Amino acid sequence: MSRKQKKSLIRILIAAAMLAGFSFLPVEGTPRLIIYLIPYLVIGYDILKKAVKGIGRGQVFDENFLMAVATLGAIVLGEYTEGVAVMLFYQIGELFESYAVGKSRRNISDLMDIRPDYANLETEEGITRVDPDEVPVGSVIVVRPGEKVPIDGRILEGNASLNTSALTGESLPREAGAGDEVISGCIDMTGVLRIETTREFGESTVSRILELVENSSSRKSESENFISKFARYYTPAVCISALLLATCPPLVRMLFLGAAPDWKIWVYRALTFLVISCPCALVISIPLSFFAGIGGASREGILIKGSNYLEALSKTGCVVFDKTGTLTQGVFEVDGIHHNTMEEETLLRYAASAESYSSHPISLSIQRAYGKPVDSRKVTDVEELGGHGVSARVEGVSVAVGNAGLMDRLGIPYRECGKVGTVVHTAVDGSYAGHILITDRLKQNAAETVAALKREGISRVVMLTGDIRQVADQVAGELGITQVHSELLPADKVEKVEALLKDCKGKLVFVGDGINDAPVLARADIGIAMGALGSDAAIEAADVVLMDDDPLKIVKAVRISRKCMRIVYENIWFAIGIKLLCLLAGALGFANMWIAIFADVGVMILAVLNAIRALAVK
Amino acid sequence: MKKTYKIEVDCANCANKMEVAAKKTEGVKDCTVNFMTLKMSVEFEDGADVKAVMQQVLKNCKKVEDECEIFGI
Repeated sequence: MSRKQKKSLIRILIAAAMLAGFSFLPVEGTPRLIIYLIPYLVIGYDILKKAVKGIGRGQVFDENFLMAVATLGAIVLGEYTEGVAVMLFYQIGELFESYAVGKSRRNISDLMDIRPDYANLETEEGITRVDPDEVPVGSVIVVRPGEKVPIDGRILEGNASLNTSALTGESLPREAGAGDEVISGCIDMTGVLRIETTREFGESTVSRILELVENSSSRKSESENFISKFARYYTPAVCISALLLATCPPLVRMLFLGAAPDWKIWVYRALTFLVISCPCALVISIPLSFFAGIGGASREGILIKGSNYLEALSKTGCVVFDKTGTLTQGVFEVDGIHHNTMEEETLLRYAASAESYSSHPISLSIQRAYGKPVDSRKVTDVEELGGHGVSARVEGVSVAVGNAGLMDRLGIPYRECGKVGTVVHTAVDGSYAGHILITDRLKQNAAETVAALKREGISRVVMLTGDIRQVADQVAGELGITQVHSELLPADKVEKVEALLKDCKGKLVFVGDGINDAPVLARADIGIAMGALGSDAAIEAADVVLMDDDPLKIVKAVRISRKCMRIVYENIWFAIGIKLLCLLAGALGFANMWIAIFADVGVMILAVLNAIRALAVK
Repeated sequence: MKKTYKIEVDCANCANKMEVAAKKTEGVKDCTVNFMTLKMSVEFEDGADVKAVMQQVLKNCKKVEDECEIFGI
């Protein structure tokens, strides 16, 4: 508790004790009033002060002013206990609100406590502890077991298990050794690492994530905007009703019915109105629900850039996947070698050698399959044949490696492959030597993701890919996706998404790996970038960022958003409903001030407790 | 241009009031106040004098809620 809160608690306790004690005192009339004014002033002096200041500024519908009018009114009517009690409960409500909000604020920032406090910089005089901000690119830092990696870099020396759970929600530690890239925010669990920094602190992963999280929920959702608007009209409306309630019925009774005006009854009912006039429960619990929802999601490695996206996510109608890197691993592997005229090993050596200067994923997969270093001195005359493949002289023999187009161009007859995948034909010394089949592997949870989305009621799952038709159809078949668009160029993907946007019921989610698909991410209602660790472009372009590359997190994100929105609507209906009921009961004389203060403070406390539920994630 | 400031304010409704007050200030294009993170992000009109505008924003906010503070102006 802060000092302010402690002070408030002490005042509440003193006033409550006095109120309880005084009810036994056998005094009547003016002495009784004076006695009750003591706890009233103890508990309410700051409210009265603020109310007076508010009037000076022309802020009539300020909740302090309303509370002051309601309680002073009750005291004037001789209801001393109620006047003091309403003020007392109002203060209890305020204290609870400030405590609960402060607590969840701390809770959520603890969750995202990935900011490193220092870096161990290696200098000529030895290792010194410095602010991460002061470490230039290319310096060497030392990370010991138990410490956070403060800045992105490359390991020069040492091996360690890195805990990335604060970043990705993934509990399995990652092994890293010399030569590996490490990202800031991981916790070194086992060994001492010497790291050469590759970025400044401000550009490092950890800074980017913190920036994103801290600025999230500054984009407000429709529900939040509704509540701020509602609050602006609700209070004046209730106040005007209170004024009418206090004046109209007595006047009508007096002038038209010839009955006694009963001023006291009607003024009391009007004061009850004022007690219910504060929209606190809504104004605090709705943003708190979103804040908790976004906080809970970030603990799972799902970064949501604003409550508007959380709200949109709950209305997801269709999910469009880019194939490579989201449903498949985007890592190509040699699946088989067919129709080969020589030993597989020899064929692979020729192919890997010819491709040794290329960094295309396909070339890399062939080099990996060969598994041995290529003797680059034996490779000469390398020529890239744009879009078709490469030709080179390997060990003095001419070698051509590429697609069917390359074979056509060279006039070499080739054999089609019966299996689906990327086919790399090879020709050695001018004659066909066989082909290598390369496939991309499905992610472990890809099929489960599609099934789970359907279970969540999102039946429209679409796959877009630049890959060839056969591959796309086969992958879609394995995953149970019925709508596939293949052989698309990046620009075609934007067009397809625009077409889908037109006939999608609900919001359209596009899931990409953040490479080359920034325009599509931006065009969709919600762009989700996967496996974003280290990819700045994806963090910039997407609305929701998944820190690791598990597609099941998409389902989780949808579930979190739905739970959060359910809580938001529960709170809206509950708070508005109870208040309207109490207003009605108050006008008809069924509710007294005790019930009114429950409607105000009780509803607020319950709504806040409900809002905090959004933090827990299944 | 957009800038984010840390703020201090007691209640959610007061934060909303600050937002409305800041939006009305001359030189401010748009403003959101986030009570949960206690952050005010202000988008300025082109060519506005950020420092002067923020002084005015603080003044206007104090008018509607005197127990508020904006840091780092």
